Amino acid sequence: MGIAVNNISKSYKKIKAVENISFNVNDGELFGLIGPDGAGKTTIFRILTTLLVANEGSAVVAGFDVIKQLKEIRNAVGYMPGKFSLYQDLTVEENLHFFATIFGTTIEENYDLIKDIYIQIQPFKDRRAGALSGGMKQKLALCCALIHAPKVLFLDEPTTGVDPVSRKEFWIMLKRLQKKGITILVSTPYMDEASLCDRIALIQKGKILKIDSPENIINNYEKVIYDVQAKNTHGLIHDLKNYPNQYSVYAFGEFVHYIDKLATFNPTDLQTYLKNKNHTDIIIKPATITIEDVFMDL
Amino acid sequence: MFSWICKSISDYKSQGFSKPWRFELNKKLCDFVSSWQIIMEKEKIITVKNLTKKFGNFTAVKGISFDVYKGEIFGFLGANGAGKTTAMKMLIGISNPTSGEANVAGFDVHTQTNMVKKSIGYMSQKFSMYDDLTIKENITFFGGIYGLSRSQIKQKITQLVEELELQEVANNLVGSLPLGWKQKLSFSVALLHEPKIVFLDEPTGGVDPITRRQFWEMIYTQAYKGTTIFVTTHYMDEAEYCDRVSIMVDGTIEALDTPKNLKKQFNVEAMNDVFLKLARNIE
Repeated sequence: MGIAVNNISKSYKKIKAVENISFNVNDGELFGLIGPDGAGKTTIFRILTTLLVANEGSAVVAGFDVIKQLKEIRNAVGYMPGKFSLYQDLTVEENLHFFATIFGTTIEENYDLIKDIYIQIQPFKDRRAGALSGGMKQKLALCCALIHAPKVLFLDEPTTGVDPVSRKEFWIMLKRLQKKGITILVSTPYMDEASLCDRIALIQKGKILKIDSPENIINNYEKVIYDVQAKNTHGLIHDLKNYPNQYSVYAFGEFVHYIDKLATFNPTDLQTYLKNKNHTDIIIKPATITIEDVFMDL
Repeated sequence: MFSWICKSISDYKSQGFSKPWRFELNKKLCDFVSSWQIIMEKEKIITVKNLTKKFGNFTAVKGISFDVYKGEIFGFLGANGAGKTTAMKMLIGISNPTSGEANVAGFDVHTQTNMVKKSIGYMSQKFSMYDDLTIKENITFFGGIYGLSRSQIKQKITQLVEELELQEVANNLVGSLPLGWKQKLSFSVALLHEPKIVFLDEPTGGVDPITRRQFWEMIYTQAYKGTTIFVTTHYMDEAEYCDRVSIMVDGTIEALDTPKNLKKQFNVEAMNDVFLKLARNIE
């Protein structure tokens, strides 16, 4: 069951949106497509939800072929597009009722599934969807995607532009849905969310660069990264970039992540170099590697 | 300093400059003047006092007060619906405050909105350049809107295309550019008229990690030149890059300080935890 994607390619005129992509999502798995805007994530979603036909390759979703059995797929999956696509001039309740009717069910029948989420927007059930805040729109959209109790849930950048608190809550909701046996394919440009998935595919410019569990991806990273800090971050980045054997220099929260080309790299030498460049309050220590570090090095 | 200048002069002499001292003294003088300016100009460029905005019975912004200094990178954070956008709209002169005062670049947001608009740059979270115009055409258009002369526009085009390394695509439609490039271009266009303050509303949403960092390097460079940066973001690692950060919760500013002090105050390791603590406590 789950999702099986085999050698999918799709081009729009000259632009190759996705190129020869293959991956499997196991039944009941929470699988993340991690990549920036323009990586091809939405194209993959649209192909798997039967809204777009691939140029090459095949895919099976919830046991159905995306070309031959598109009607079955549409009944078996829930899809929350990246762009808010509910009816702005219908109320919260009307939207939910509408989507339930379309799928030949009722709100009551599957209320169990959406209860946790719907309770949070229920106080606003008579408000028009267009007048909801971003976080509430997102919760309503998730309810509408779940109302027919789908086997597979597709969430295209559900947390883009959402504040850290609501993002955290959203992921707690996803974990709960997963426990109910729903297979979830979710995409995000936020690298910190990758660690919350069972497995992830790192994707850029239409190609999958890596598929594995977040832990394995981090553990298999071979380079040593140093946290470097000094009083003047702007100057620090500039000077680190001019350090003879620098491999990469990136601002990373309160630190700058520094990687050296040489295995013989000695932090003390760097300390001296920075001191000579008039930096103060210098800290150099090994950094904790994150998915974002790995991604930037692909 | 004297010995340093002498050394530099001999360095330049060896590089074949005929009158090195003139060049070097000028440069040193400039450095001196600019460092003096930094001391002198820890001046307030935005002052906000009890700024309030009501929509009917709903108070979106509840009497907020704060100052922003010249050349500062000021992070304006908050949860969705906390009132950030409403506050920002008042500061850029497109929404009239219900009560309270705000002065932006020396102009009152009640009475001098046109002057406010002329003194600031604004980059919206939604890409708002014309997709069906080329890069050059967009720059020309926005330059014209900001009242730049033809020769200034021409010069700006050359400068921007070079700085952003867009030589090969300068005559391509903006719609065909990747998001990261679009955002860098938008930022540059918001700076076309050399405003004193630039407001950036979630400039890096959805942008890839590398471009996101390049974008922040552009912000740093601009701040270094003396432009004040007022920026909102949902990336908490970016909050660490700001000189000072304010966090808005439910229409009020609940915290305002340097990232370092905020982390100390809330006894946590990262800005993300500061944010979670503040927003959680309210609920």
